[in-house]
Amino acid sequence: MDKTISTLEAAVADVSDNAVLMIGGFGGSGAPIDLIHALIDRYKATGSPAKLTVINNNAGNGKIGIAAMIDAGMVAKMICSFPRSSDPRAFTDKYLAGEIALELIPQGTLAERIRAAGAGIPAFFTPASYGTELAAGKQVQEFDGKPYVLEHWLKADFAFVKGALGDTYGNLTYRLAGRNFNPLMCMAARKTIVQVSKIINAGGIDPEEVVTPGLFVDGVVEVPDPQQEELLIRTGVEYA
Amino acid sequence: MTWEKLRNPQIAWRAAQDIQDNAYVNLGIGIPELIAKFQPEGRHITYHTENGVLGFGAAPAEGEEDWDLINAGKKAITLSAGASFFHHADSFAMVRGGHLDLAVLGAYQVAQNGDLANWRVGSKGVPAVGGAMDLVHGAKQVAVITDHTTKDGKPKLVEKCTFPLTGVGCITRVYTSLAVVDIDNGRFLLREKLPKLSFDELQSLTGATLHINGDVADLTVPDLS
Repeated sequence: MDKTISTLEAAVADVSDNAVLMIGGFGGSGAPIDLIHALIDRYKATGSPAKLTVINNNAGNGKIGIAAMIDAGMVAKMICSFPRSSDPRAFTDKYLAGEIALELIPQGTLAERIRAAGAGIPAFFTPASYGTELAAGKQVQEFDGKPYVLEHWLKADFAFVKGALGDTYGNLTYRLAGRNFNPLMCMAARKTIVQVSKIINAGGIDPEEVVTPGLFVDGVVEVPDPQQEELLIRTGVEYA
Repeated sequence: MTWEKLRNPQIAWRAAQDIQDNAYVNLGIGIPELIAKFQPEGRHITYHTENGVLGFGAAPAEGEEDWDLINAGKKAITLSAGASFFHHADSFAMVRGGHLDLAVLGAYQVAQNGDLANWRVGSKGVPAVGGAMDLVHGAKQVAVITDHTTKDGKPKLVEKCTFPLTGVGCITRVYTSLAVVDIDNGRFLLREKLPKLSFDELQSLTGATLHINGDVADLTVPDLS
């Protein structure tokens, strides 16, 4: 078994029009910028994939990554907790013009809905959002005298994830706080594609150190010197 | 009598005095983050940030940032001894699961029954909630740190919130620029106030009845300027 994909172009080739795409990361930490930019390249060359639903904690920053996807016109809907950043213009303009849809989810509920999808749990109750406008229309039930809101699993067709080390079986480690949503999204997508800084042979990662077992991963592509969203923002890079 | 309201670092200092030794604490983005600067000497406090770090310290020197190591406000952080990383579902399990001792948030309004409004002020613009609706549930204490009134002098402590709610009946204590107030059985219970500020004047700046049970202590804070 070898899950290695040789190029970024090949890694993003299967993402189809109208797909639901999870993208890992929290701000720039753990964000798979190189996979995102490869997908933008494909869209610019072929017009596909279009009308994507993108799931991420945020909704892009500056003119790179998810913001560049939005600017390119590939994204029909964002599912996120916090569509703001140091430069949220890309999403804000399209949202206020009615050109992009938004499903806003409390951050912990977003994480748990993704986890639930990966774990085969169709729904769960959480205290978050009870009594607020984000719970409108949702079922409420009391447990031990306290009210909880029913939330459903959140699945995706594809997940783009950023790891640190990967092996040929797809076992992964992460770097610092770059873990965030990445391990959850690996579990919740039909097809999970991971960019890692280095791919080594299976057995090269101590089993004690593996964070995401390779069973949750479909393909790994090596990007030895990955781009960092925050550094791109600070140097004013535009990917458009 | 003249009085001067506390500045944000002073409110943060006051809130910091109440954090117990060995506590696990989440500080919200913005003014609550200031609390860490005033951690009393000799107490070991472990800070949680919802993007998956437990045990972080001050910001690194400029140029020393590693942008994979940030807090929920997307600011670069450093690690403390004994730090750990975990994914987002575990991070919010720490929050909702009752494992944190204290969460501190900012506020647009706090109601006398403990309702909090802190995520949006109306229906215009782009809504963004982040982790606020999760953070108000589960911690043993959920405190607010805020100016006592808005910039144009309207009370932020109110009978009933008029802005969209973040959580219902979730706040246990409020540290303001004028007072320390507990939420107690659906009412505001005044614990401390600025010594030169009369009760009547404080009441006039508060949008709901302030109750007193026993002594009201003086709210005294170092200058810190």
